[in-house]
Amino acid sequence: MTGSDLPVLLVIVPLLAAPLCLVLRRGGAAWAVALASSGYCLYAAYTLLGTVRAGGTLDYAMGGWPAPWGIAYRIDLLNAYVLLLVAAIAAVVVLYARVSAAVEIPRHQHARFYAALLLCLAGMLGITITGDAFNLFVFLEISSLSSYALISLGRDRRALTASYQYLIMGTLGATFILIGVGLLYMLTGTLNMVDIAGRIQGLAGNRTLLAAFAFLVAGIGLKLALFPLHLWLPNAYAYAPSVVTALLAGTATKVAVYVLLRFLYTVFGYDLAFADAFLHYLLAALAVVGLLVASTVAIFQDDVKRMLAYSSVAQIGYTVLGISLLNQTGLTAALVHLFNHGLMKTALFLALGCVFYRLGSVCLDDLRGLGRQMPWTLAAFVAGGLSLIGVPLTVGFISKWYLVLAALELGWWPVAVVVLGGSLLSVIYIGRVVEVAYMQPRPAGAERVREAPLGLLLPTWALVAATFWFGIDTGLTLGTAGEIAGQLFGGGR
Amino acid sequence: MAAEHYNYWVVVILMMAGFYVVIRARNLVKKIVGLNIFQTSVFILYISIGKVAGGSAPILAPGITTYSNPLPHVLILTAIVVGVATTALGLALVVRIHEAYGTVDDEEIQTQDADP
Repeated sequence: MTGSDLPVLLVIVPLLAAPLCLVLRRGGAAWAVALASSGYCLYAAYTLLGTVRAGGTLDYAMGGWPAPWGIAYRIDLLNAYVLLLVAAIAAVVVLYARVSAAVEIPRHQHARFYAALLLCLAGMLGITITGDAFNLFVFLEISSLSSYALISLGRDRRALTASYQYLIMGTLGATFILIGVGLLYMLTGTLNMVDIAGRIQGLAGNRTLLAAFAFLVAGIGLKLALFPLHLWLPNAYAYAPSVVTALLAGTATKVAVYVLLRFLYTVFGYDLAFADAFLHYLLAALAVVGLLVASTVAIFQDDVKRMLAYSSVAQIGYTVLGISLLNQTGLTAALVHLFNHGLMKTALFLALGCVFYRLGSVCLDDLRGLGRQMPWTLAAFVAGGLSLIGVPLTVGFISKWYLVLAALELGWWPVAVVVLGGSLLSVIYIGRVVEVAYMQPRPAGAERVREAPLGLLLPTWALVAATFWFGIDTGLTLGTAGEIAGQLFGGGR
Repeated sequence: MAAEHYNYWVVVILMMAGFYVVIRARNLVKKIVGLNIFQTSVFILYISIGKVAGGSAPILAPGITTYSNPLPHVLILTAIVVGVATTALGLALVVRIHEAYGTVDDEEIQTQDADP
């Protein structure tokens, strides 16, 4: 267990822990394995970020085969930052899973549930850490396949159709990525991202390159749930078990954003990717329309989980908007929002999981008057909601502030207005929940509801505390994000 | 021109046929079949780009200097395995959907969900 092998251990540990869960067969033992391995991943990711911050980009040649012949892991600040987010969210969610899964998932499925959870984690960490384009596709499918299985564990039968729909759209997306990688290989004869990047410079205007680019962006857009390719997301989030929703909301789309950035900036490079400003306007337009439409649709949802799912689509809009602005402030905003939204949305879904634990429902009508009976849970929800709106002192404020700055830097003041307008829309949908939970009385004859157990509240509040912590002390998030944005622009310009 | 690149035409036709079935089919099993055709087209794309004009099969033998590129074949073996796993998972979901709804027809499932 030397420090130099950390990059590979980060993926191998959860990957091997997954079959171990199946062998152990007992839910409790499987949970312990999952907790230990996700805890190890968090430690490894944190150490890696420290190493990369201190010593620069880290290269790891798999099996001692030097790049570009072997598969290389290449960890720069961007990977390390996303790895830390994924590992942290996963560790908190696994901690939470023990109590929550006990009521939401049939007992005999527990070991399989933790195995799938770990495979999903291994896949997402693998996508983020690898420097090989084909390896990325394989890890993408590992995480996708296990997330389809996880979603289908939901108790409602609509979880099955949601999972099926996601499987179809997710596979189309992954296959598009596979085509894109294939076309790049055709042009360059290599799969190593840095190697590809070196060989496609000067090929601007090549039709195969253009096709590869289009397939990759469309495929990643599908996995990213970029409006209007988001159709799989609301149902998948709404009907999956609470734990799974919290994990996917905090990690899956974030990893997809990472993949987009990696291909745009590292593989294609700024000059090729944004050569004719087409993507600049396309992404900006999709992001703006997406965030307005999804926020509006969220207002009319009666299932709170579904409401937050639409809000996730809107938040992806903010992130992509930051990327599309093509200035350093915008990219910083996107990267900060990536991290911040991961924290707050997971916190919100965990709070909803607490409600579901006691009520067996997250419909708006059933939440009436719950503010007094589950004060800590609802307070966590309100705190997460404030972050989503972007109230000062929360993380949401930081990302939106920089997004507005970036839009103004470009002179796109209508976009800045849209960002603020989106916040107003989120005031409405979060406000609906607050109004129902705090202003309305408990329906007559409803049983008294007890506060959620500590096993659920502690992980939830840990994340809520993080949303305030990183809203005030922005050194880790904003500092790192700014540095990454500088690196990405430095490499491309 | 078309004859020279016929392998790409095969790929494009298969890809669009599969894609069309995925979008158009109401039957959930048929959608999976469409998805398989779609994926197969990509397998053929990879395999056909591994061919080097005048190259022999990539097996070391005396007197042969030009070999076809074996790497795309190896890559696509992985993708085929992924495809098989996706198909298996998809079909397993269809079985569960059939148990829960009593049908594998997309529109019928939607009407059942609309008014429970």
